[in-house]
Amino acid sequence: MRAFALVFLFASLWPNCFVLGAIDRSEIQTQQSITDRSISIPEWKDWKRVFFLEDYNTRIVILGTTLLGMSAGMIGSFALLRKRALMGDALSHATLPGIAIAFIIATSFGLNGKSLPILLAGAAVSGLLGIAAILLIRNLTRLKEDAALGIVLSVFFGAGIALLGIVQQMRTGHAAGLESFIYGKTASMVASDAWLIGSAGLTCMLISILLYKELTLLCFDEGFAISRGFPVVLLDMTLMGLVVVVTIIGLQAVGLILMISLLVIPPAAARFWTEKIVNMTVVAIILGALSGMIGSAMSAIFPNLPSGAMIVLVATAMFLFSMVFGIPRGILIRKLRRHQLNLKVNRQHLLRGLYEFLEARGLLNEKQTAESTFVPISTLLQMRSWSPAKLKKIVKRAQREHLVVALQEDQIRLTKAGLLEATRIVHEHRLWELYLITYADVAASKVDQDADAIEHVLEPEVIAELETLLVRQSTQGVLQSPHAIEIQQENANRSQPGSRRST
Amino acid sequence: MNTSESSTSDPQSESSPVETPLSVYDLTVAYQRKPVIWDVSFEIPPGKLVGIIGPNGAGKSTLIKAIMGLIPKASGRVQIFGKPYQKNRHRVGYVPQRESVDWDFPVDALDVVTMGLYKEIGWCLPVRKKHRDRAMEALERVGIADYAHRQISQLSGGQQQRTFLARALVQNADLYLMDEPFAAVDAATEKAIVQILQEMKQAGKTALVIHHDLQTVPEYFDYVILLNMRVIDHGLTEDVFTPENLQKTYGGRLTLLEEATETMRRREQSL
Repeated sequence: MRAFALVFLFASLWPNCFVLGAIDRSEIQTQQSITDRSISIPEWKDWKRVFFLEDYNTRIVILGTTLLGMSAGMIGSFALLRKRALMGDALSHATLPGIAIAFIIATSFGLNGKSLPILLAGAAVSGLLGIAAILLIRNLTRLKEDAALGIVLSVFFGAGIALLGIVQQMRTGHAAGLESFIYGKTASMVASDAWLIGSAGLTCMLISILLYKELTLLCFDEGFAISRGFPVVLLDMTLMGLVVVVTIIGLQAVGLILMISLLVIPPAAARFWTEKIVNMTVVAIILGALSGMIGSAMSAIFPNLPSGAMIVLVATAMFLFSMVFGIPRGILIRKLRRHQLNLKVNRQHLLRGLYEFLEARGLLNEKQTAESTFVPISTLLQMRSWSPAKLKKIVKRAQREHLVVALQEDQIRLTKAGLLEATRIVHEHRLWELYLITYADVAASKVDQDADAIEHVLEPEVIAELETLLVRQSTQGVLQSPHAIEIQQENANRSQPGSRRST
Repeated sequence: MNTSESSTSDPQSESSPVETPLSVYDLTVAYQRKPVIWDVSFEIPPGKLVGIIGPNGAGKSTLIKAIMGLIPKASGRVQIFGKPYQKNRHRVGYVPQRESVDWDFPVDALDVVTMGLYKEIGWCLPVRKKHRDRAMEALERVGIADYAHRQISQLSGGQQQRTFLARALVQNADLYLMDEPFAAVDAATEKAIVQILQEMKQAGKTALVIHHDLQTVPEYFDYVILLNMRVIDHGLTEDVFTPENLQKTYGGRLTLLEEATETMRRREQSL
């Protein structure tokens, strides 16, 4: 269904391309040099013109860059998952000599050297030559791919800069504006360019929707794809071809230096929000669209700022937001989860400490005594390596959760809920300890620490498995500790032979 | 175009019970001119669980990959149920090594299993409910249906291995090639895989399994191929799984052969 909708949209846009192209080709604006970066403060009418899409050209340019952003987000998702993102960067740098040569050839034949289709055709040819050079270097020598990428990227870009210098010397053509392909400049974009960009972008998206399954499999498990008889080389070339097309059509708006960012940043940002590839693609499309839209609108308001930089800055802002606030993979949510785990571990340590204190004094047999016995905090303090301040915080939190009740500052007792929770925790801890001793050959003296590290993250099904694996030893419901528990007996010096079993 | 290949198969050949699932003739595979397996020939009988045993670097994975054309053969020939692999690949299920993919990929276990059906679904068509249902059945068979919607990096190693197994099972192949399915898995997974292997055998299917744990070989496999660059021996487990053969397989490589090829490789590279 999605595919059909896109075909329809594409078909309906296509005829306009020719009609408008014919009209707008004549009104190529005179361009300022790219080095002119003076910012004129936009007036209200400029803002209005852009935001209300009053100007036809602005409207079409923004639509074109939006479609560009969408297709870059989608194709970029696959390029990123295929770990081919840097290939796109080398490719976009390798297009510069092609642009210059296309201009030279076109002007010497008396054509308009700045016609976008001609320049992009040149860009595509030299971009593909660049990729071929990378593959040749990688396959014929024993250099690795990163070296090949670095060489091709810089050599082609250098050649392009040199050729641009030659172009400037030429008498025949008005070459100013070719540099806008380096930084990107939507101001030089006319409606027909926008239609070309938009329709090519849509075609790329359509192809990747049709090949969605196959591209996903290629990115995830190439070996399996070959074994099932998928034409992996052809698929790989198709993906690379899509990257080429998106890169080429992005040259004018984003520029060849920054084009890689539109391919990489939206998908990378999208990854923070989802664990499903479909959702990742959709989010990348949305973020790419917003980057293109807002970036080119900004560039329309500040005509002297390169639009490439604007688009990238918008994309980067969204990336940073996603990286910090993204759910489920952002930084904050992961920190929060870690924090919550720490709280849980602390709570479990406190409850286990209280339980073992009571157990050592034989006070657990009757619920009444267990719940009414106050434990001095100073005793707890010696049971673990926690600082007084930290223990105080943990106790405070447990009080708020109604697990313990404090008598004064230094005496606490378990509540009913607290005792229940403590019983469960101690049981699970000892199950795990026993498992380690029985099956993992962990020394009994060391088992407490090892059990400690893992028990807090045991899932219910693991607990159930442990239960069946290790026959329950205690009729009370809670296992005996498999090792001696060190508890300071400062108030009561009675010995508790029943509970201090050493193994 | 390629989809026709999986649906049209010769009905006569499939019904014939005595076909040889896999025959390998004089297979040699080289990485950068250095032979990894050399002149390997064997046949495996139908309906058997076959273990490939050999030390690290013996070329076990290479053998399986070369059978399926994942890496080019230097020479030799492979037949699957009497035909070249390309003709009968729909009858082969592949379980790759778990480490061969990036498990941080944004898909869940069910998505991975449906990948086994992509060929059958055909180009340009989406995965539909009936495919997901079949994938779910395969996950149930390997006992991890509860984890169908977990992102694959959230699965344990054993669960990941079972996901791969389910992806091969969903194809309903006749010959399964498994690259170390028992490597670093928990006891429950090992048991589940053994159970599946037994079910396969009862259904008349054949499995070729790369295996590391020598202790369990007699218990798991009817037939053994001992490999160390060359086939040391192959046959029924009770016949060939002997201390002498193991000594030959594991007791040092074929040092002279290896040295010679190494010298050749170095000389060619310096040219």
